[in-house]
Amino acid sequence: MINDFQYLKPASLKEALAMYAEHDDCKVICGGQSLLIVLRQGMLAPEYLVDIKHVNELKYIKFDEKDGLRIGATTTHREVEKSDIIAKKYPALVAMEQKLASIQTRNWGTIGGNLAHADPAGDLAPVLIALNAEIKFGNVDGEKTVPLDEFFVDYFETQMGHGDLVLEAHVPAPEPKSGCAYQKFNLLDSEMGIVAAAASVVLNADGTCKNARIVLGNAGPTPLRVTKAEDLLKGKKLDDKLFTEAGQIASEEAQPVADIHASEEHRRHVLGVLTKRMLKKAFEQAQKAA
Amino acid sequence: MKKQVLTFRVNGDEYEILIHPKTLLADAIREHVGLTGTKRGCDTVSCGACTVMVNGMSVKSCSVLAIQCEGMDITTVEGLEENGKLSPIQRAFLDNGSYQCGFCTPGMLMSSTAFLNEMGDKKPSEEEIRESIEGNICRCTGYNSIVRAIDAVAQGKYKEE
Repeated sequence: MINDFQYLKPASLKEALAMYAEHDDCKVICGGQSLLIVLRQGMLAPEYLVDIKHVNELKYIKFDEKDGLRIGATTTHREVEKSDIIAKKYPALVAMEQKLASIQTRNWGTIGGNLAHADPAGDLAPVLIALNAEIKFGNVDGEKTVPLDEFFVDYFETQMGHGDLVLEAHVPAPEPKSGCAYQKFNLLDSEMGIVAAAASVVLNADGTCKNARIVLGNAGPTPLRVTKAEDLLKGKKLDDKLFTEAGQIASEEAQPVADIHASEEHRRHVLGVLTKRMLKKAFEQAQKAA
Repeated sequence: MKKQVLTFRVNGDEYEILIHPKTLLADAIREHVGLTGTKRGCDTVSCGACTVMVNGMSVKSCSVLAIQCEGMDITTVEGLEENGKLSPIQRAFLDNGSYQCGFCTPGMLMSSTAFLNEMGDKKPSEEEIRESIEGNICRCTGYNSIVRAIDAVAQGKYKEE
C-alpha cells in the first residue's frame, strides 16, 4: 500500500529543482518503474512527490561525431532501444536495452530514473561505464559532471544529495578499433542479472590493447569496475589465454553476496566466465571495426 | 490527502475522475472508470496482466500513477473491438485457442496489439513475436497458441476484405 503524498507537477526543470529543494521529505518520480515498487513496499513514504515525466527539456538523444552521445534523463529506455544513431554507433547499448525488463517497462521507465535508483543489478550502468560515460546532475545552485563509475557509492546510493536531479548521460564518441559487449546471467531475459559483465576493448593500430574496461553487475554494492583485470590487458596482444586470466582476476575482485538466486561461489564463477566471453566478443568487434 | 481531478480518454471516451494522486492506473481504470477487463495479477510489475496502452505504448498499469496520464489516451482490452466486431488479434486468439484460464489474456491482447501496430506491414519472426510478449506471463503456459495467433495476424490472415 502506497502512503499518501502531495503530488507536485512542475512546468519546467527550473521549477522542478525549486520544488525539490523546498521540501525536505520529497522524492522525484519520472517513469516510476523503480520508485513505485519501493513506495509500494513501504520502504519510502515521502510527503511530497515531484513528477518530471512531462518535463521535455530533459527528453533528448543527441549525437555528434566529436562530442559523442548525450541522452537526457527523461528519455525512456525504449527511445534508446529504437534510436537509429545509437544502434549505429553504440550497438551494445541497444542490445542491452532489448533485454532490460519488459517492453512495457522500457516504454515508461527512463534512463535518469534507472541511474538515480542505483541498483547494482541494473543493466544500464555497466554498459555506460564500459563505454566511459559520465553523468551530469544538478540542483537549484548548479550542475556537476562526474565519471559514471564514481557516481555510485553504495547499494542504492549515489553522489547526489537532496535536491539533486540526474540531468544527462554523456558517452564519448566511439574510438576507432573499439568494441563493447554486455551479458547478464539469469533464467529470464526480462529479469535482472544474477550477475552480469560488460567489457569494452580499444585496440592500437598494431593490434595491441590500447584500453580495456570491465564492469560487473550485481557483483558488489555498486556497478563494479575490476581494474586489476583491466590492467592485465593493456598494451598486450590479446588472446583467449589472457581473457581467461582476466576472468579469473575479475572473479577474485568481485564482491558478490549469496542470496536465494545463487551462492557467492557460483556468482564468482559465472562472473569469471562472463568476463572472459565479453572481452572476447568486444575484442572481435574491435578487430572488425574501422 | 487531497484528491485531484484527472482528465483522460479511455477507449475514446472522455473521463473526469477524482482520485488520490497515489492511485495506480490499473485501479483508476477498474474502480473509477469501471472497466474490469484489465487485471491485477502480481502487483510487482512481473506478470503483465494489467497491460494497457497509453498513447499507443504498452505499459503495465499497476506501475504507472494514473495522475501521470493527464490528457492521455488509454486503450484497454474493452477498446479493441470496433462496432461490436472483435479486432483481428481477438479473433485470432479465438481461432487458435489462445485462452486457457484467460487471466493473462487481456494483457496478452494489449501487448500483441501494440506489437502488431508497431510492425505495420512488416512480417515479424517467431523470435520477435516471442519477445513481444516477454513481459506477459501465462501460468497455464499456453504460449505456443498465443504465438500462433499473433503470427496469423502478422501474416495478414485477418485482413479486412
